Amino acid sequence: MSLILLIEQVLNGLQFGVMLFLMAAGLTLIFGVMGLINLAHGSLYMVGAFAAAAVAGWTGSFILALIAALAAAAAAGALVELLVIRRLYDRDHLDQVLATFALILIFSEGTRWLFGSFPLFLDVPAALAGPVMLPGGILYPLYRLVIIGVGLLVAAGLFLLIAKTRIGVQIRAGEADREMIAALGVDISKLYTLVFALGAALAGLAGALVGAIQSVQVGMGEPVLILAFVVIVIGGIGSIKGALVGSLLVGLTDTLGGVLLPPLFASFMQASSANSVGSAVASMSIYILMVGVLLFKPSGLFGGT
Amino acid sequence: MKLKSLIAAASIAALSAGMAYADAHGGKVKVGMITTLSGGGAGLGIDVRDGFLLAAKGNENLELVIEDDQQKPDIAVQLADKMIQSEKVDVMTGIIWSNLAMAVVPAVTAQGKFYLSPNAGPSALAGKGCSPLYFNVAWQNDAFYEAGGMWASDNGIKKVFLLAPNYPAGTDGMTGFKRTFKGEVVGEVYTKLGQTDYAAEIAQIRASDADTVYFFLPGGMGISFMKQYAGSGVDKKVMGPAFSFDQGILGAIGDAALGVNNTSHWSKDLDNDANVKFVADFQAEYGRLPSLYAAQGYDTALLLESAMGKADVTDAAAFQAALEEADFASVRGDFAFAPNHHPIQDIYMREVVKEGDVVTNKMIGVAASDHQDVYGVDCKM
Repeated sequence: MSLILLIEQVLNGLQFGVMLFLMAAGLTLIFGVMGLINLAHGSLYMVGAFAAAAVAGWTGSFILALIAALAAAAAAGALVELLVIRRLYDRDHLDQVLATFALILIFSEGTRWLFGSFPLFLDVPAALAGPVMLPGGILYPLYRLVIIGVGLLVAAGLFLLIAKTRIGVQIRAGEADREMIAALGVDISKLYTLVFALGAALAGLAGALVGAIQSVQVGMGEPVLILAFVVIVIGGIGSIKGALVGSLLVGLTDTLGGVLLPPLFASFMQASSANSVGSAVASMSIYILMVGVLLFKPSGLFGGT
Repeated sequence: MKLKSLIAAASIAALSAGMAYADAHGGKVKVGMITTLSGGGAGLGIDVRDGFLLAAKGNENLELVIEDDQQKPDIAVQLADKMIQSEKVDVMTGIIWSNLAMAVVPAVTAQGKFYLSPNAGPSALAGKGCSPLYFNVAWQNDAFYEAGGMWASDNGIKKVFLLAPNYPAGTDGMTGFKRTFKGEVVGEVYTKLGQTDYAAEIAQIRASDADTVYFFLPGGMGISFMKQYAGSGVDKKVMGPAFSFDQGILGAIGDAALGVNNTSHWSKDLDNDANVKFVADFQAEYGRLPSLYAAQGYDTALLLESAMGKADVTDAAAFQAALEEADFASVRGDFAFAPNHHPIQDIYMREVVKEGDVVTNKMIGVAASDHQDVYGVDCKM
């Protein structure tokens, strides 16, 4: 395997990881601050993608589509928090899982009812279409570079928000001690709605960005949701830094595993069986990574106690 | 809502038919349709259903019960039991996916009911597991791939890169292609089922010296792959079976699919009277272009109606003989059943083109004429 191909695959892994981070950041914030397991996070990703596809179809503008995705996902998130999630904070995790699983079904069939059963069309804007030549002769799709850039910007923004702003202080305080921060006069329910909407908006942004290079269809959020859970378990639940490191680890492991493992197995097995065994092990690689991390750090890389 | 009202309409039609012909019992058939109407694969089931309803429209002797299997084998099995035992259907149809067909079809035929497959064609049911009561109106699973391999060999394609999901239909499809392709396979990658990002595979394709990419990625996987492939700047030729370039999917891929070759037993521009009528009627009824799944649903209903005109379903041997004749005007043109009750039909090569604003398929030639599957030799009825 040539060096150029390897670098290209590393970029692919980074891009995948950055996308996962947008999903995992919201999930880990919501779990860290509110102690809530939100299975419907993948549905908010889908809401973002569908809103973007619909608005891009009407107006032809990708910027408007991204804004619509953010707004629609944040609104859906806030609404869900006010109507359903709010009643679940004091319940145990099983009730939360049941209720948010119900939300997945409601969102999926609701989306089908609104948009039909066929996948929607959402394309990369013309200005970002096609490949660019990177130093070293690597031909790489411009849009994927933009995704990496946007993801890293969002990550930087989130760190600033959490570390430097008043809201960030409240969020960190909420993670540390919920009763105390309420007793100090912070409107905890407003804070919860805000955090939930923020997480939802990030998921919606991820959905819209990825929707342009993937298929915008009902049920698109669930596979990503599973990976996002893997990420926050690896990174440590509630930690934004953990979500970032975990996302990049999972993205790189998944991409490089798929590329490197089949040839590796081929070096000591027959070509045909090496191919299938290699692909099978590659699909397991991120779970093996998770098991490995949990063996040495049972609460994740950056988890608390 | 639409489904409910359709069922209601169908049952009202059936009820009134029942009153009108209360004493003329003969010729009536109750059909149980189990298909996928919710979840990610719903587009296929909806097209099969709509095609079937279009052909069966106005036929008062045909009573239809429709249920949604949610693409889950266990639910399909429950529904089949219910339809046979409490609904007392005579004929079953509708299943889209091979794994569901394997779970349902043997049980249906074992209980003496006819099954007409409007889509799935697993090799087991074409070979050792064939049944006198099972008819496949669509294709045996390998057909499109074998035809693709033949066409590639005949059209100067020397080196291919194969890409498919790592599950039975994916590996079987690639085996089918390799069975008839005479050139060299320079790369072969099997991805996770449901994978949505193909950047890594596209980089491998770019690095290989293949002149053509042959892939089978159904549903959303194919949409993702084609969009990403178009953005990657790799300019190798792309081929595949029609499943990745079906009308329901092309709208979501858009211009990225233009120029791709795909094999199919049907194309909307096939020039025969039955097809011209079907395409016009389907658009008038549903306001969208028909897909190959809709064509299969339509042919399934036509086949059933042709048999109903010749024999009573209570006389299984006569009804089977009537089905075997396949005496109907298929939208695919010439259509006949092989001894294993699977189609003998032409497989065409199509190219994705733009007609006005609509991305769709155009026929460019015959890839395999009178194609028949290789499993029939194992079928002993």
